[in-house]
Amino acid sequence: MSSFMNWLDARFPASKMWKEHLSEYYAPKNFNFWYFFGSLALLVLVLQIVTGIFLTMNYKPDADLAFASVEYIMRDVQWGWLIRYMHSTGASAFFVVVYLHMFRGLIYGSYKQPRELVWIFGMLIYLTLMAEAFMGYLLPWGQMSYWGAQVIISLFGAIPVVGEQLALWIRGDFVVADATLNRFFAFHVIALPLVLLGLVVAHIIALHEVGSNNPDGVEIKKNKDASGKPVDGIPFHPYYTVKDIVGVVVFLFIFALVLFYAPEGGGWFLEKDNFVPADPLKTPEHIVPLWYFTPFYAILRAVPDKLMGVLAMGGAIVFLFLLPWLDRSPVKSIRYRGPYFKIALVLFIISFLALGYLGTQPATAIYTMAARVFSVIYFAFFIFMPIYTKLDKDKPVPERVTFQ
Amino acid sequence: MRSLVIACFFALFSVQVMAASGEVHLDHVEIDITDKASLQRGAQTFVNYCLSCHEAAFMRYNRMAKDLGLTDDQVKENLMFASDKIGDTMTVAMRPEDAEKWFGVTPPDLSVIARARGTDWLYTYLRTFYLDESRPMGTNNVAFKDVGMPHVLWEQQGYLAKNEDGELVQATEGKLSQHEYNVMVHDLVNFLAYISEPSKLERMDLAKWVLLYLIIFFLVAYPLKKAFWRDVH
Repeated sequence: MSSFMNWLDARFPASKMWKEHLSEYYAPKNFNFWYFFGSLALLVLVLQIVTGIFLTMNYKPDADLAFASVEYIMRDVQWGWLIRYMHSTGASAFFVVVYLHMFRGLIYGSYKQPRELVWIFGMLIYLTLMAEAFMGYLLPWGQMSYWGAQVIISLFGAIPVVGEQLALWIRGDFVVADATLNRFFAFHVIALPLVLLGLVVAHIIALHEVGSNNPDGVEIKKNKDASGKPVDGIPFHPYYTVKDIVGVVVFLFIFALVLFYAPEGGGWFLEKDNFVPADPLKTPEHIVPLWYFTPFYAILRAVPDKLMGVLAMGGAIVFLFLLPWLDRSPVKSIRYRGPYFKIALVLFIISFLALGYLGTQPATAIYTMAARVFSVIYFAFFIFMPIYTKLDKDKPVPERVTFQ
Repeated sequence: MRSLVIACFFALFSVQVMAASGEVHLDHVEIDITDKASLQRGAQTFVNYCLSCHEAAFMRYNRMAKDLGLTDDQVKENLMFASDKIGDTMTVAMRPEDAEKWFGVTPPDLSVIARARGTDWLYTYLRTFYLDESRPMGTNNVAFKDVGMPHVLWEQQGYLAKNEDGELVQATEGKLSQHEYNVMVHDLVNFLAYISEPSKLERMDLAKWVLLYLIIFFLVAYPLKKAFWRDVH
């Protein structure tokens, strides 16, 4: 065995990489509940890719055949229903996990110096994931697939001068049609997964270069022992591999509960209207994007002007990218932050969730007004961040991490 | 002033539209796709009354035979047209263009209708046809206003009509009592729920084993983590 490893190591850095990223990657020992979601996101990514490969074997990207091929998978393909539900539930699970992972970054300041690039790569992953989910949702070719895509692509039409041409170019037809389905399929199964994988590698390499943050926001590399190992660090393998396995089992338990007992997720994961084949001549009464897009959809609708709405929606995501430079506090973790940031964060989370709810509802006068108020709070969180984080009364940060 | 009148007119119009698309009270129906007797009765009704116009083009006869506890021969003799083969799906001979000429629309495929409409809606829909002179077929429906489909089960239910208060009352008697008719529709809706996702039976069976496996996995994984972390201080 060792002679084989010697042979291999002389030609490929297998042992070196194993050490750098697992057995000698020192992670802070005080990770808590919130630190499960990174490895879970990786797990869901693998799950999506593997189930996706098997779905591709039976799915037909053709406007006349797509809907029926999904039902064929559900009925005639061995274990097809299980693979399809794993993939559809996995899409929602991906966003649940990623949102919680991002929330972790927000409360413990994981985006702050020196981890700005980790955050930027993460945000790019989030953006790619949104495109991946959006294009994937067209594939079952149900009414919501069709009209959701119609609405989102028409947003490009709001861009002055080139808008309409751009929307036409994206669709490949004057309405969402077979050409659109085919190219979305290509993006969904090849282009975007490749981008996603590349970004995930970049995210992890950047993380392992600077080291993980932790719930105290203390840099463990500042305190090293005689041999150069961080005193508050433990090797990722075996400590966090065995810990993450526990997280994986608990996650899979919840995942299985949804997959087996409520794969429609109460109409949130698989919408009712999507069991009606796409009909270009019949607009559904109430077009709702999937739950993970609804906060941004609510912002879009809150703005009276279409172009401004599109810009606001884009801005809502751009501001997230800028977080590392908007936050002027010397303190990372919420544990040692002052009251201003805590209040701002609570308001931000409330408005994000409220916008998410409002995005699922019809745009009545009262709801639109509420969406405007929450959109203002959403943007205020970012716009005033340089001020309130600077003025905040932060608490002293301890020298070492806290560990029971 | 004129614009105000127009605005008021449109306001009135939009309220009416909202009322029209507004919530119809739906009667609840208990679905149990493990009740094979109910599914068999539902299959009978489906084949006799629905499958002449509506297809269930994703549902295979032999799959139904297996799940409903019937033999292939039983299905062939009682639930199939002679020209179909046991491995075929439930299709109809009517051409879509003819259907459109006769009913104004092509009758939708019913394979996944229970997932699109919901079972409560189907149960209400099939029980609320009423006489309406203004409609080409002479009937209208409470759950689906101005529906193209006639009241196919009129022989069983008889005809209902709306009285002055808008309530449904029996206009002509059918062969079945109200209770018997409700049971018939219940079985039919149960069958529609089954064909909308035949794999649900398998799914429910498999679920407990997967969850049990994960519980056992946890009982190994958690102590393992504890053991490894004993030396972290």
